[in-house]
Amino acid sequence: MNALIREFRGAYAFVERNINLIRRYWGWEIVWLIYSLVNSLAVTYIGAGMERISGKTLDTQYIITYLLVGTLIWSYLSVIFYSISEMIAWERWEGTIEYTFMAPVSRFTHLVGTTLFAIGYGVGRTLVILLIVAAFFHLDLTNANLGGAVLLLLAGSVSFVGLGILAAVLPLLYPERGAQMTNAAAAVLLLISGVYYPVATLPGWLQAIAAGSPATYVIEGMRGCLLHGASTVSLLPTVFYLIGAGIGVTAVGLWVFGRVERYAKRTGRLKRSG
Amino acid sequence: MSVLALKLNKVRKLFYKRDDKSGKFSRRKREVVALDGVSLVVAPGEIFGVLGPNGSGKSTLIRLVSTLLIPDSGEIRVFGHDIVREEAVVKRMINRVSVDAAFFKKFSPLENLSYAARLYGLPMREARVRMRAILARLGLKEEAFTQPMEQLSRGMQQKVAVARGFLTSPILLLLDEPTTGLDPHSKRDVQAFVREIRDTHGATILLTTHDMEEADRLCDRIAVIDNGKIVALGTPAELKRLVKAETGGTPTLEDVFLALTGHRLEETEVEA
Repeated sequence: MNALIREFRGAYAFVERNINLIRRYWGWEIVWLIYSLVNSLAVTYIGAGMERISGKTLDTQYIITYLLVGTLIWSYLSVIFYSISEMIAWERWEGTIEYTFMAPVSRFTHLVGTTLFAIGYGVGRTLVILLIVAAFFHLDLTNANLGGAVLLLLAGSVSFVGLGILAAVLPLLYPERGAQMTNAAAAVLLLISGVYYPVATLPGWLQAIAAGSPATYVIEGMRGCLLHGASTVSLLPTVFYLIGAGIGVTAVGLWVFGRVERYAKRTGRLKRSG
Repeated sequence: MSVLALKLNKVRKLFYKRDDKSGKFSRRKREVVALDGVSLVVAPGEIFGVLGPNGSGKSTLIRLVSTLLIPDSGEIRVFGHDIVREEAVVKRMINRVSVDAAFFKKFSPLENLSYAARLYGLPMREARVRMRAILARLGLKEEAFTQPMEQLSRGMQQKVAVARGFLTSPILLLLDEPTTGLDPHSKRDVQAFVREIRDTHGATILLTTHDMEEADRLCDRIAVIDNGKIVALGTPAELKRLVKAETGGTPTLEDVFLALTGHRLEETEVEA
């Protein structure tokens, strides 16, 4: 019991630390929020302008909602991904990596704390963007299955936790360029996961890669829920798949991270701040 | 017989660094021996000094004991526990204060200490009281408790680092040049606190320094390290007896270092 309480306190250390980082770097937060908001608006306005672009009569409302769902879900999933993948990069920037790695918390506890924060932060940030974007466009969610959407989003978060851990290995291995490499990984996921267009639009070989991205299933499922009111029961196979894949990717991520941490300790890579 | 606080047995650690002489695009690396078969033992409650210039292997030794590095060969035990196989147990027994006080720079001392307390699983109600008491004992003014670390002087930052190291009540405290770059007043405060930790809490302290006077004043025993090897080990008095002073008076530890290594400490201040 004592060990469990100690681990809980350890996990909460990362939640509190990240909240404090947001408070102290509030200027950055505003800049990033504006960036994400403008990005969402810009993409959604492409939908609003489709009739003018094509010169044909289209279901603009459907396209707007289609793009908006993609952009908001991507906004949420990328927050999860970056919050976890940057857990090492932040330590490098601040120079605290040795202190944190010397502390008696397991990497699993480290991850639990970071994930709890990432989910809370991601939900809060996405809701703010949704509220502002809703003022610009008329969103018709009368047919939406909101409960199913939340379930799908939570299930999809698990996979992104695993992908985040795998990406977090990069700043551990490459002190100077690792953080930038995680951006490249996120960009590939954005390209292949059908965020702004159906995956079927992609060439065959990219579609094959897209089948390995959990975001593909989350975004497709979310569109089913929010645009077509897909029932929760019909979503269950996707939910179970996402949870299973998420647990698998997270387990692999933790294993890889453990190996790389050991390698970093053998070669002295924890010392360099990058 | 009580368990030794720290035991190093033939510890060797190499690093590979890019060979700058082999051309800009070459990937050739040269071998740097940081520790070369180091063996030593530290008794519980002892203040053990490791004296040597920059690049001599002092910080590598501290990082190894801190579980931040894995030895290439040899064995390190903290209170009988192997630092590689029983890493989690060892981590609960130790804490470290490094020469470069690494903090979240925009956090206040209390926020940084709070992070440390939670990481080590301390009950926060007790930890909050303890944080303030230790910071005050180290001479930090109340108004500095909530200021961002980046606005504090180097001396104040180092005092917060010492407070953080002691907050978790380690039974082995690793101090890696804790007073380097401090003004004389701050240096005295930190040194007095180190002695107090040992005397009142029975903690064992492993202290690295290149300050001869500090080593002489604080340490029960000292290992002189040069190029990754221990060249002498004993009490300050024993080390001084090893050599005759150039001046004919009582030799200083600087004289000891010169006689044992063939160079003065300041001549070797080159980062490896």
